[in-house]
Amino acid sequence: MRMKPVAGILLRQLYLIRGSPVRSLPMFAWVAIDIVMWGFITRYLNSMAAGRFNYVPSLLGAVLMWDFFTRIMQGVSTAFLEDVWSRNFLNLFATPLTISEYILGLVITSIGTSAVGLAVMLVLATAVFGLPFFSLGALLVPFLLVLFGFGIALGILASALVLRLGPASEWLVWPLPALLSPFVGVFYPLATLPRWMQAVGHVLPPSYVFEGMRAVLAGRALFAGSLAVGGALAALDILLAGYFFARVFRYAIRTGLLARYSAESTA
Amino acid sequence: MRYRARVYAHPPDIPPRPPHDACADAAEEAGGKVVLSVAGLRKVYSKLVAVDGVSFDVHRREVVGLLGPNGAGKTTTINMILGVLSPTAGRVCIGGVDLARQRARALAQANFSAVYASLPGNLTVAQNLRFFGLVYGIPELGRRVGELLRQFDLDRLRDTKCGLLSSGEQTRVALAKAVLNRPRLLLLDEPTASLDPAAAQTIRARIRSLANETGCGILWTSHNMYEVEEVCDRVLFLSRGRILLEGDPRRLPREHGAATLEELFIRLAREPLTEPMERAG
Repeated sequence: MRMKPVAGILLRQLYLIRGSPVRSLPMFAWVAIDIVMWGFITRYLNSMAAGRFNYVPSLLGAVLMWDFFTRIMQGVSTAFLEDVWSRNFLNLFATPLTISEYILGLVITSIGTSAVGLAVMLVLATAVFGLPFFSLGALLVPFLLVLFGFGIALGILASALVLRLGPASEWLVWPLPALLSPFVGVFYPLATLPRWMQAVGHVLPPSYVFEGMRAVLAGRALFAGSLAVGGALAALDILLAGYFFARVFRYAIRTGLLARYSAESTA
Repeated sequence: MRYRARVYAHPPDIPPRPPHDACADAAEEAGGKVVLSVAGLRKVYSKLVAVDGVSFDVHRREVVGLLGPNGAGKTTTINMILGVLSPTAGRVCIGGVDLARQRARALAQANFSAVYASLPGNLTVAQNLRFFGLVYGIPELGRRVGELLRQFDLDRLRDTKCGLLSSGEQTRVALAKAVLNRPRLLLLDEPTASLDPAAAQTIRARIRSLANETGCGILWTSHNMYEVEEVCDRVLFLSRGRILLEGDPRRLPREHGAATLEELFIRLAREPLTEPMERAG
Protein backbone atom coordinates (compact mmCIF):
# COMPACT_ATOMS: atom_id res chain seq x y z
CA MET A 1 0.00 0.00 0.00
CA ARG A 2 1.34 3.45 -0.96
CA MET A 3 0.96 6.23 1.58
CA LYS A 4 0.91 9.20 -0.83
CA PRO A 5 -2.58 8.44 -2.18
CA VAL A 6 -3.79 7.91 1.40
CA ALA A 7 -2.33 11.32 2.28
CA GLY A 8 -4.12 12.74 -0.77
CA ILE A 9 -7.51 11.60 0.51
CA LEU A 10 -6.71 13.06 3.92
CA LEU A 11 -5.43 16.34 2.46
CA ARG A 12 -8.56 16.77 0.36
CA GLN A 13 -10.68 16.47 3.50
CA LEU A 14 -8.47 18.96 5.35
CA TYR A 15 -8.86 21.45 2.51
CA LEU A 16 -12.63 21.06 2.66
CA ILE A 17 -12.85 21.46 6.42
CA ARG A 18 -10.42 24.38 6.50
CA GLY A 19 -12.32 26.31 3.89
CA SER A 20 -15.80 25.61 5.14
CA PRO A 21 -17.29 26.51 8.56
CA VAL A 22 -20.37 24.40 7.74
CA ARG A 23 -18.08 21.37 7.70
CA SER A 24 -15.95 22.23 10.73
CA LEU A 25 -18.81 23.34 13.00
CA PRO A 26 -20.63 19.96 13.12
CA MET A 27 -17.40 18.27 14.23
CA PHE A 28 -17.92 19.69 17.71
CA ALA A 29 -21.17 21.67 17.82
CA TRP A 30 -23.67 18.79 17.85
CA VAL A 31 -21.71 16.69 20.32
CA ALA A 32 -21.36 19.74 22.58
CA ILE A 33 -25.13 20.28 22.46
CA ASP A 34 -25.67 16.59 23.27
CA ILE A 35 -23.36 16.75 26.28
CA VAL A 36 -24.96 19.97 27.57
CA MET A 37 -28.47 18.56 27.24
CA TRP A 38 -27.66 15.19 28.80
CA GLY A 39 -25.51 16.91 31.41
CA PHE A 40 -28.52 18.86 32.67
CA ILE A 41 -30.75 15.79 32.48
CA THR A 42 -28.30 13.88 34.69
CA ARG A 43 -28.14 16.83 37.11
CA TYR A 44 -31.90 16.81 37.38
CA LEU A 45 -31.99 13.04 37.86
CA ASN A 46 -29.28 13.32 40.54
CA SER A 47 -31.35 15.91 42.39
CA MET A 48 -34.35 13.58 42.27
CA ALA A 49 -32.22 10.64 43.51
CA ALA A 50 -31.06 12.78 46.44
CA GLY A 51 -27.61 11.24 46.59
CA ARG A 52 -28.75 7.62 46.39
CA PHE A 53 -27.38 7.19 42.85
CA ASN A 54 -25.02 9.24 40.67
CA TYR A 55 -26.36 9.31 37.11
CA VAL A 56 -23.44 11.27 35.70
CA PRO A 57 -21.00 8.44 34.99
CA SER A 58 -23.51 5.91 33.69
CA LEU A 59 -25.75 8.23 31.68
CA LEU A 60 -23.45 11.06 30.58
CA GLY A 61 -20.55 8.61 30.10
CA ALA A 62 -22.76 6.46 27.89
CA VAL A 63 -23.86 9.48 25.84
CA LEU A 64 -20.24 10.49 25.36
CA MET A 65 -19.18 7.00 24.25
CA TRP A 66 -22.16 6.64 21.90
CA ASP A 67 -21.57 10.05 20.35
CA PHE A 68 -17.93 9.12 19.81
CA PHE A 69 -19.00 5.94 18.00
CA THR A 70 -21.54 7.88 15.88
CA ARG A 71 -18.92 10.51 14.94
CA ILE A 72 -16.50 7.80 13.83
CA MET A 73 -19.13 6.24 11.59
CA GLN A 74 -20.20 9.60 10.19
CA GLY A 75 -16.56 10.65 9.70
CA VAL A 76 -16.00 7.77 7.29
CA SER A 77 -19.30 8.11 5.46
CA THR A 78 -19.12 11.92 5.19
CA ALA A 79 -15.63 11.75 3.68
CA PHE A 80 -16.99 9.23 1.18
CA LEU A 81 -20.06 11.36 0.47
CA GLU A 82 -17.81 14.31 -0.41
CA ASP A 83 -16.88 12.31 -3.51
CA VAL A 84 -20.55 11.59 -4.20
CA TRP A 85 -21.57 15.23 -3.81
CA SER A 86 -18.73 16.52 -6.00
CA ARG A 87 -19.25 13.68 -8.53
CA ASN A 88 -15.62 12.80 -8.25
CA PHE A 89 -15.72 9.03 -8.69
CA LEU A 90 -14.65 9.05 -12.31
CA ASN A 91 -11.68 11.32 -11.58
CA LEU A 92 -10.75 9.35 -8.48
CA PHE A 93 -11.07 5.77 -9.65
CA ALA A 94 -9.46 6.32 -13.05
CA THR A 95 -6.22 6.81 -11.08
CA PRO A 96 -3.85 4.20 -9.60
CA LEU A 97 -5.69 4.60 -6.27
CA THR A 98 -6.60 1.20 -4.80
CA ILE A 99 -9.68 0.45 -2.73
CA SER A 100 -7.61 -0.24 0.38
CA GLU A 101 -5.76 3.08 -0.01
CA TYR A 102 -9.06 4.90 -0.47
CA ILE A 103 -10.69 3.29 2.58
CA LEU A 104 -7.60 3.90 4.73
CA GLY A 105 -7.75 7.56 3.71
CA LEU A 106 -11.40 7.74 4.78
CA VAL A 107 -10.58 6.03 8.10
CA ILE A 108 -7.70 8.36 8.93
CA THR A 109 -9.91 11.32 8.07
CA SER A 110 -12.50 10.00 10.49
CA ILE A 111 -9.92 9.56 13.25
CA GLY A 112 -9.06 13.25 12.94
CA THR A 113 -12.60 14.57 12.88
CA SER A 114 -13.89 12.32 15.67
CA ALA A 115 -10.86 13.09 17.87
CA VAL A 116 -11.88 16.75 17.78
CA GLY A 117 -15.41 15.80 18.84
CA LEU A 118 -14.14 13.50 21.58
CA ALA A 119 -11.87 16.19 23.01
CA VAL A 120 -14.72 18.73 23.10
CA MET A 121 -17.05 16.21 24.76
CA LEU A 122 -14.46 15.22 27.36
CA VAL A 123 -13.66 18.81 28.29
CA LEU A 124 -17.33 19.79 28.60
CA ALA A 125 -18.48 16.66 30.41
CA THR A 126 -15.56 16.68 32.85
CA ALA A 127 -15.25 20.40 33.50
CA VAL A 128 -18.92 21.41 33.54
CA PHE A 129 -20.73 18.29 34.73
CA GLY A 130 -18.02 16.55 36.72
CA LEU A 131 -17.95 13.34 34.69
CA PRO A 132 -15.27 11.11 36.29
CA PHE A 133 -14.49 9.70 32.87
CA PHE A 134 -10.92 8.86 33.66
CA SER A 135 -12.05 6.76 36.63
CA LEU A 136 -12.42 4.03 34.03
CA GLY A 137 -8.62 4.11 33.98
CA ALA A 138 -6.74 2.05 31.43
CA LEU A 139 -9.99 0.36 30.42
CA LEU A 140 -10.89 3.53 28.59
CA VAL A 141 -8.47 2.55 25.83
CA PRO A 142 -10.04 -0.82 24.90
CA PHE A 143 -13.54 0.64 25.32
CA LEU A 144 -12.79 3.41 22.84
CA LEU A 145 -10.93 1.05 20.51
CA VAL A 146 -13.88 -1.33 20.25
CA LEU A 147 -16.26 1.56 19.54
CA PHE A 148 -13.76 2.99 17.09
CA GLY A 149 -13.47 -0.33 15.27
CA PHE A 150 -17.20 -0.82 14.97
CA GLY A 151 -17.72 2.82 13.95
CA ILE A 152 -15.20 2.31 11.13
CA ALA A 153 -16.96 -0.88 10.03
CA LEU A 154 -20.36 0.78 10.03
CA GLY A 155 -18.98 3.80 8.12
CA ILE A 156 -17.52 1.53 5.43
CA LEU A 157 -20.79 -0.42 5.25
CA ALA A 158 -22.77 2.83 4.91
CA SER A 159 -20.45 4.01 2.12
CA ALA A 160 -20.86 0.71 0.29
CA LEU A 161 -24.63 0.99 0.57
CA VAL A 162 -24.59 4.51 -0.91
CA LEU A 163 -22.31 3.33 -3.72
CA ARG A 164 -24.66 0.45 -4.47
CA LEU A 165 -28.03 2.16 -4.02
CA GLY A 166 -27.21 5.65 -5.28
CA PRO A 167 -26.74 9.10 -3.74
CA ALA A 168 -30.31 9.38 -2.50
CA SER A 169 -29.70 6.42 -0.18
CA GLU A 170 -27.60 8.62 2.10
CA TRP A 171 -30.85 9.28 3.95
CA LEU A 172 -31.02 5.56 4.71
CA VAL A 173 -27.56 5.35 6.21
CA TRP A 174 -27.54 8.37 8.55
CA PRO A 175 -29.95 6.72 11.04
CA LEU A 176 -27.97 3.43 11.19
CA PRO A 177 -26.50 4.19 14.67
CA ALA A 178 -29.96 5.11 15.98
CA LEU A 179 -31.27 1.85 14.57
CA LEU A 180 -28.62 -0.12 16.47
CA SER A 181 -28.78 1.80 19.75
CA PRO A 182 -31.74 -0.10 21.31
CA PHE A 183 -29.90 -3.40 20.78
CA VAL A 184 -26.54 -2.49 22.32
CA GLY A 185 -27.82 -1.28 25.70
CA VAL A 186 -26.33 2.20 25.71
CA PHE A 187 -28.38 3.27 28.74
CA TYR A 188 -29.60 -0.04 30.19
CA PRO A 189 -28.27 -3.57 30.73
CA LEU A 190 -28.85 -6.06 27.93
CA ALA A 191 -30.80 -8.19 30.41
CA THR A 192 -33.56 -5.57 30.20
CA LEU A 193 -34.22 -6.57 26.59
CA PRO A 194 -36.32 -9.45 25.30
CA ARG A 195 -34.29 -12.51 24.35
CA TRP A 196 -34.27 -11.91 20.60
CA MET A 197 -33.00 -8.36 21.10
CA GLN A 198 -30.34 -9.65 23.48
CA ALA A 199 -29.23 -12.11 20.80
CA VAL A 200 -28.85 -9.24 18.32
CA GLY A 201 -27.05 -7.17 20.95
CA HIS A 202 -24.51 -9.93 21.57
CA VAL A 203 -23.24 -9.78 17.98
CA LEU A 204 -22.82 -6.00 18.15
CA PRO A 205 -19.45 -4.96 19.65
CA PRO A 206 -20.71 -1.79 21.45
CA SER A 207 -22.88 -3.93 23.75
CA TYR A 208 -19.69 -5.34 25.35
CA VAL A 209 -18.39 -1.82 25.92
CA PHE A 210 -21.53 -0.51 27.60
CA GLU A 211 -21.99 -3.66 29.70
CA GLY A 212 -18.34 -3.40 30.71
CA MET A 213 -18.58 0.29 31.51
CA ARG A 214 -21.59 -0.24 33.76
CA ALA A 215 -19.82 -3.11 35.54
CA VAL A 216 -16.74 -1.00 36.25
CA LEU A 217 -18.77 2.00 37.43
CA ALA A 218 -20.82 -0.24 39.71
CA GLY A 219 -17.59 -1.56 41.23
CA ARG A 220 -18.03 -5.04 39.78
CA ALA A 221 -15.20 -6.98 38.16
CA LEU A 222 -15.01 -6.68 34.39
CA PHE A 223 -14.71 -9.99 32.57
CA ALA A 224 -11.79 -9.28 30.24
CA GLY A 225 -12.83 -12.11 27.92
CA SER A 226 -16.09 -10.35 27.18
CA LEU A 227 -14.28 -7.19 26.11
CA ALA A 228 -11.97 -9.32 23.96
CA VAL A 229 -15.04 -10.77 22.24
CA GLY A 230 -16.22 -7.21 21.54
CA GLY A 231 -12.80 -6.37 20.08
CA ALA A 232 -12.73 -9.51 17.95
CA LEU A 233 -16.24 -8.82 16.67
CA ALA A 234 -15.26 -5.24 15.77
CA ALA A 235 -12.18 -6.49 13.89
CA LEU A 236 -14.31 -9.07 12.08
CA ASP A 237 -16.87 -6.39 11.20
CA ILE A 238 -14.15 -4.18 9.68
CA LEU A 239 -12.99 -7.08 7.51
CA LEU A 240 -16.54 -7.91 6.46
CA ALA A 241 -17.37 -4.28 5.70
CA GLY A 242 -14.15 -3.91 3.66
CA TYR A 243 -14.99 -7.09 1.76
CA PHE A 244 -18.54 -5.84 1.13
CA PHE A 245 -17.26 -2.47 -0.13
CA ALA A 246 -14.83 -4.23 -2.49
CA ARG A 247 -17.67 -6.44 -3.79
CA VAL A 248 -19.92 -3.43 -4.37
CA PHE A 249 -17.05 -1.59 -6.08
CA ARG A 250 -16.50 -4.53 -8.44
CA TYR A 251 -20.24 -4.60 -9.12
CA ALA A 252 -20.17 -0.86 -9.87
CA ILE A 253 -17.26 -1.40 -12.30
CA ARG A 254 -18.95 -4.34 -13.99
CA THR A 255 -22.34 -2.73 -14.46
CA GLY A 256 -21.14 0.77 -15.36
CA LEU A 257 -22.63 2.22 -12.17
CA LEU A 258 -19.33 3.84 -11.24
CA ALA A 259 -18.85 5.40 -14.65
CA ARG A 260 -22.24 7.08 -14.66
CA TYR A 261 -22.47 7.77 -10.93
CA SER A 262 -24.08 11.13 -10.45
CA ALA A 263 -27.09 12.53 -8.70
CA GLU A 264 -29.06 12.70 -11.92
CA SER A 265 -28.40 9.20 -13.15
CA THR A 266 -28.69 7.13 -10.02
CA ALA A 267 -30.90 8.99 -7.58
CA MET B 1 -21.33 3.14 -50.48
CA ARG B 2 -22.06 0.82 -47.59
CA TYR B 3 -19.81 -0.29 -44.79
CA ARG B 4 -19.43 -3.31 -42.63
CA ALA B 5 -17.81 -3.33 -39.26
CA ARG B 6 -14.32 -4.71 -38.96
CA VAL B 7 -14.31 -7.35 -36.25
CA TYR B 8 -10.91 -8.50 -35.06
CA ALA B 9 -10.27 -12.04 -33.94
CA HIS B 10 -7.17 -13.95 -33.00
CA PRO B 11 -6.15 -16.36 -35.77
CA PRO B 12 -7.25 -19.85 -34.70
CA ASP B 13 -3.93 -21.49 -35.60
CA ILE B 14 -1.92 -19.38 -33.16
CA PRO B 15 -2.20 -20.66 -29.60
CA PRO B 16 -3.19 -17.96 -27.16
CA ARG B 17 -0.28 -16.61 -25.16
CA PRO B 18 -0.53 -16.69 -21.40
CA PRO B 19 -2.54 -13.60 -20.48
CA HIS B 20 0.17 -12.27 -18.18
CA ASP B 21 2.61 -12.17 -21.08
CA ALA B 22 0.35 -10.82 -23.78
CA CYS B 23 0.63 -7.12 -23.00
CA ALA B 24 4.35 -7.15 -22.30
CA ASP B 25 5.04 -9.26 -25.39
CA ALA B 26 2.99 -6.96 -27.60
CA ALA B 27 4.76 -3.91 -26.21
CA GLU B 28 8.13 -5.54 -26.76
CA GLU B 29 7.25 -6.46 -30.34
CA ALA B 30 6.26 -2.88 -31.00
CA GLY B 31 9.56 -1.64 -29.61
CA GLY B 32 7.87 0.38 -26.90
CA LYS B 33 6.12 2.55 -29.48
CA VAL B 34 2.61 1.44 -28.58
CA VAL B 35 1.19 3.23 -25.54
CA LEU B 36 -2.30 1.76 -25.79
CA SER B 37 -3.30 -1.58 -27.19
CA VAL B 38 -6.96 -2.54 -27.19
CA ALA B 39 -7.83 -6.04 -28.39
CA GLY B 40 -11.28 -7.51 -28.94
CA LEU B 41 -12.92 -5.13 -26.48
CA ARG B 42 -16.58 -5.92 -25.91
CA LYS B 43 -19.18 -4.64 -23.48
CA VAL B 44 -22.64 -6.15 -23.20
CA TYR B 45 -25.37 -4.82 -20.90
CA SER B 46 -27.94 -7.61 -20.65
CA LYS B 47 -29.26 -7.51 -24.25
CA LEU B 48 -27.50 -4.34 -25.42
CA VAL B 49 -24.11 -4.69 -27.08
CA ALA B 50 -22.49 -1.31 -26.41
CA VAL B 51 -19.01 -2.16 -27.74
CA ASP B 52 -18.50 -5.12 -30.02
CA GLY B 53 -14.99 -6.41 -30.61
CA VAL B 54 -13.11 -3.15 -30.86
CA SER B 55 -9.35 -3.37 -31.44
CA PHE B 56 -6.83 -0.62 -32.07
CA ASP B 57 -3.46 0.75 -30.98
CA VAL B 58 -2.28 4.23 -30.12
CA HIS B 59 1.40 5.00 -30.66
CA ARG B 60 3.74 7.48 -29.03
CA ARG B 61 3.28 11.08 -30.26
CA GLU B 62 0.14 10.02 -32.08
CA VAL B 63 -3.24 11.71 -31.71
CA VAL B 64 -6.00 9.26 -32.58
CA GLY B 65 -9.54 10.51 -32.99
CA LEU B 66 -12.33 8.25 -31.82
CA LEU B 67 -15.36 9.40 -33.78
CA GLY B 68 -18.92 8.30 -33.99
CA PRO B 69 -22.51 9.37 -33.46
CA ASN B 70 -24.07 9.56 -30.02
CA GLY B 71 -24.41 6.10 -28.54
CA ALA B 72 -21.73 4.64 -30.82
CA GLY B 73 -19.72 3.35 -27.85
CA LYS B 74 -16.98 6.00 -27.64
CA THR B 75 -17.41 6.86 -23.98
CA THR B 76 -17.98 3.20 -23.08
CA THR B 77 -14.66 2.38 -24.79
CA ILE B 78 -12.90 5.21 -22.94
CA ASN B 79 -14.40 4.13 -19.62
CA MET B 80 -13.09 0.60 -20.17
CA ILE B 81 -9.63 1.96 -20.96
CA LEU B 82 -9.81 4.05 -17.76
CA GLY B 83 -10.68 0.98 -15.70
CA VAL B 84 -13.98 2.37 -14.40
CA LEU B 85 -15.95 -0.11 -16.49
CA SER B 86 -14.95 -3.72 -16.87
CA PRO B 87 -15.18 -5.22 -20.36
CA THR B 88 -17.28 -8.30 -21.01
CA ALA B 89 -14.39 -9.54 -23.15
CA GLY B 90 -11.13 -8.27 -24.56
CA ARG B 91 -7.95 -6.75 -23.25
CA VAL B 92 -6.59 -3.28 -22.57
CA CYS B 93 -2.82 -2.79 -22.30
CA ILE B 94 -1.44 0.59 -21.25
CA GLY B 95 2.30 0.96 -21.79
CA GLY B 96 2.63 -2.82 -22.00
CA VAL B 97 0.75 -3.40 -18.72
CA ASP B 98 -2.47 -5.38 -18.62
CA LEU B 99 -5.16 -3.20 -17.03
CA ALA B 100 -7.18 -6.15 -15.77
CA ARG B 101 -4.21 -7.72 -14.02
CA GLN B 102 -2.21 -4.71 -12.81
CA ARG B 103 -4.76 -1.96 -12.59
CA ALA B 104 -2.74 0.49 -10.49
CA ARG B 105 0.44 0.06 -12.58
CA ALA B 106 -1.45 0.49 -15.83
CA LEU B 107 -3.45 3.53 -14.68
CA ALA B 108 -0.30 5.21 -13.33
CA GLN B 109 0.73 5.62 -17.00
CA ALA B 110 -2.55 7.15 -18.13
CA ASN B 111 -4.68 10.15 -17.37
CA PHE B 112 -7.79 11.75 -18.80
CA SER B 113 -9.97 14.78 -19.13
CA ALA B 114 -13.65 14.69 -19.94
CA VAL B 115 -16.24 17.41 -20.12
CA TYR B 116 -18.59 15.34 -17.91
CA ALA B 117 -15.97 14.70 -15.22
CA SER B 118 -15.18 18.12 -13.83
CA LEU B 119 -12.81 18.41 -10.91
CA PRO B 120 -14.28 19.01 -7.43
CA GLY B 121 -15.67 22.53 -7.55
CA ASN B 122 -15.20 23.05 -3.81
CA LEU B 123 -11.40 22.84 -4.06
CA THR B 124 -9.20 25.56 -5.51
CA VAL B 125 -7.12 25.02 -8.63
CA ALA B 126 -3.91 24.45 -6.66
CA GLN B 127 -5.67 22.22 -4.11
CA ASN B 128 -7.09 20.03 -6.86
CA LEU B 129 -3.68 19.65 -8.48
CA ARG B 130 -2.05 18.81 -5.14
CA PHE B 131 -4.82 16.33 -4.26
CA PHE B 132 -4.60 14.47 -7.57
CA GLY B 133 -0.82 14.77 -7.54
CA LEU B 134 -0.71 12.82 -4.27
CA VAL B 135 -3.20 10.27 -5.56
CA TYR B 136 -0.91 9.70 -8.57
CA GLY B 137 2.13 9.65 -6.27
CA ILE B 138 3.97 12.46 -8.11
CA PRO B 139 7.48 13.12 -6.79
CA GLU B 140 8.42 16.75 -6.03
CA LEU B 141 4.77 17.64 -6.22
CA GLY B 142 5.09 21.31 -5.24
CA ARG B 143 7.44 21.97 -8.15
CA ARG B 144 5.27 20.03 -10.59
CA VAL B 145 2.14 21.92 -9.55
CA GLY B 146 4.00 25.24 -9.97
CA GLU B 147 5.14 24.18 -13.46
CA LEU B 148 1.61 23.26 -14.52
CA LEU B 149 0.09 26.45 -13.13
CA ARG B 150 2.52 28.43 -15.30
CA GLN B 151 2.23 26.15 -18.34
CA PHE B 152 -1.57 26.40 -18.41
CA ASP B 153 -1.77 30.09 -17.44
CA LEU B 154 -3.43 29.26 -14.15
CA ASP B 155 -1.15 31.14 -11.76
CA ARG B 156 -3.61 33.95 -11.11
CA LEU B 157 -6.41 31.39 -10.55
CA ARG B 158 -4.46 29.12 -8.22
CA ASP B 159 -6.55 30.05 -5.16
CA THR B 160 -9.90 30.20 -6.98
CA LYS B 161 -12.36 27.39 -6.39
CA CYS B 162 -12.80 25.34 -9.55
CA GLY B 163 -16.58 25.65 -9.36
CA LEU B 164 -16.23 29.40 -9.93
CA LEU B 165 -14.15 29.14 -13.10
CA SER B 166 -15.39 29.69 -16.64
CA SER B 167 -15.67 26.70 -18.99
CA GLY B 168 -12.39 27.59 -20.67
CA GLU B 169 -10.59 27.93 -17.36
CA GLN B 170 -12.05 24.65 -16.12
CA THR B 171 -10.85 22.93 -19.28
CA ARG B 172 -7.34 24.28 -18.67
CA VAL B 173 -7.39 22.99 -15.09
CA ALA B 174 -8.68 19.61 -16.24
CA LEU B 175 -5.86 19.43 -18.80
CA ALA B 176 -3.30 20.43 -16.19
CA LYS B 177 -4.58 17.60 -13.99
CA ALA B 178 -4.53 15.27 -16.99
CA VAL B 179 -0.81 15.77 -17.54
CA LEU B 180 0.18 15.87 -13.84
CA ASN B 181 1.70 12.39 -13.95
CA ARG B 182 3.34 12.90 -17.37
CA PRO B 183 1.14 10.15 -18.79
CA ARG B 184 2.18 7.92 -21.66
CA LEU B 185 -1.49 7.76 -22.64
CA LEU B 186 -3.87 10.70 -22.50
CA LEU B 187 -7.60 10.21 -23.01
CA LEU B 188 -9.56 13.29 -23.93
CA ASP B 189 -13.31 12.96 -24.19
CA GLU B 190 -14.65 16.05 -26.01
CA PRO B 191 -12.12 18.36 -24.35
CA THR B 192 -13.28 21.42 -26.29
CA ALA B 193 -17.03 20.75 -26.16
CA SER B 194 -17.98 23.79 -24.10
CA LEU B 195 -15.38 26.24 -25.36
CA ASP B 196 -15.65 29.25 -27.64
CA PRO B 197 -13.71 28.95 -30.95
CA ALA B 198 -10.73 30.98 -29.74
CA ALA B 199 -10.36 29.02 -26.51
CA ALA B 200 -10.86 25.75 -28.39
CA GLN B 201 -8.09 26.67 -30.83
CA THR B 202 -5.69 27.42 -27.99
CA ILE B 203 -6.51 24.12 -26.29
CA ARG B 204 -6.08 22.19 -29.54
CA ALA B 205 -2.67 23.72 -30.13
CA ARG B 206 -1.66 22.93 -26.57
CA ILE B 207 -2.73 19.31 -26.85
CA ARG B 208 -1.00 18.86 -30.19
CA SER B 209 2.22 20.25 -28.75
CA LEU B 210 1.85 18.00 -25.72
CA ALA B 211 1.95 14.94 -27.96
CA ASN B 212 4.96 16.29 -29.85
CA GLU B 213 6.92 17.44 -26.82
CA THR B 214 6.20 14.73 -24.26
CA GLY B 215 5.77 11.83 -26.67
CA CYS B 216 2.50 10.73 -25.12
CA GLY B 217 -0.17 9.08 -27.22
CA ILE B 218 -3.58 10.72 -27.21
CA LEU B 219 -7.00 9.22 -27.79
CA TRP B 220 -9.42 12.04 -28.54
CA THR B 221 -13.16 12.00 -29.00
CA SER B 222 -14.93 14.90 -30.64
CA HIS B 223 -17.95 15.78 -32.72
CA ASN B 224 -16.13 18.70 -34.28
CA MET B 225 -14.77 17.37 -37.58
CA TYR B 226 -12.81 20.55 -38.24
CA GLU B 227 -10.75 20.08 -35.10
CA VAL B 228 -10.35 16.36 -35.78
CA GLU B 229 -8.80 17.17 -39.15
CA GLU B 230 -6.58 19.76 -37.55
CA VAL B 231 -5.33 17.70 -34.63
CA CYS B 232 -5.62 13.96 -35.29
CA ASP B 233 -3.07 11.84 -37.11
CA ARG B 234 -5.55 9.02 -37.49
CA VAL B 235 -9.24 8.52 -36.86
CA LEU B 236 -11.39 5.53 -35.99
CA PHE B 237 -15.06 5.71 -36.92
CA LEU B 238 -17.18 3.88 -34.42
CA SER B 239 -20.81 3.00 -35.01
CA ARG B 240 -23.03 0.70 -32.96
CA GLY B 241 -20.02 -0.43 -30.99
CA ARG B 242 -17.86 -1.39 -33.97
CA ILE B 243 -15.02 0.27 -35.85
CA LEU B 244 -16.27 0.96 -39.36
CA LEU B 245 -13.40 2.89 -40.80
CA GLU B 246 -9.88 3.91 -39.93
CA GLY B 247 -7.41 6.24 -41.58
CA ASP B 248 -5.95 9.70 -42.07
CA PRO B 249 -8.70 12.29 -41.47
CA ARG B 250 -7.37 14.49 -44.29
CA ARG B 251 -7.44 11.69 -46.88
CA LEU B 252 -10.45 9.65 -45.79
CA PRO B 253 -13.17 11.91 -47.27
CA ARG B 254 -11.62 11.86 -50.74
CA GLU B 255 -11.00 8.13 -50.60
CA HIS B 256 -14.65 7.53 -49.79
CA GLY B 257 -16.20 9.99 -52.19
CA ALA B 258 -17.13 12.60 -49.62
CA ALA B 259 -16.41 16.31 -49.84
CA THR B 260 -15.56 16.71 -46.19
CA LEU B 261 -14.92 14.64 -43.10
CA GLU B 262 -18.22 15.89 -41.72
CA GLU B 263 -20.07 14.60 -44.77
CA LEU B 264 -18.36 11.23 -44.40
CA PHE B 265 -19.23 11.20 -40.71
CA ILE B 266 -22.90 11.85 -41.43
CA ARG B 267 -23.00 9.20 -44.11
CA LEU B 268 -21.35 6.61 -41.86
CA ALA B 269 -23.63 7.45 -38.98
CA ARG B 270 -26.69 6.85 -41.17
CA GLU B 271 -25.54 3.82 -43.17
CA PRO B 272 -26.74 0.36 -42.16
CA LEU B 273 -23.88 -2.07 -41.56
CA THR B 274 -24.30 -4.40 -44.50
CA GLU B 275 -21.46 -4.45 -46.98
CA PRO B 276 -17.70 -4.89 -46.65
CA MET B 277 -15.87 -1.92 -45.29
CA GLU B 278 -13.47 -0.15 -47.56
CA ARG B 279 -10.37 0.58 -45.62
CA ALA B 280 -8.28 3.61 -46.26
CA GLY B 281 -4.54 3.77 -46.62
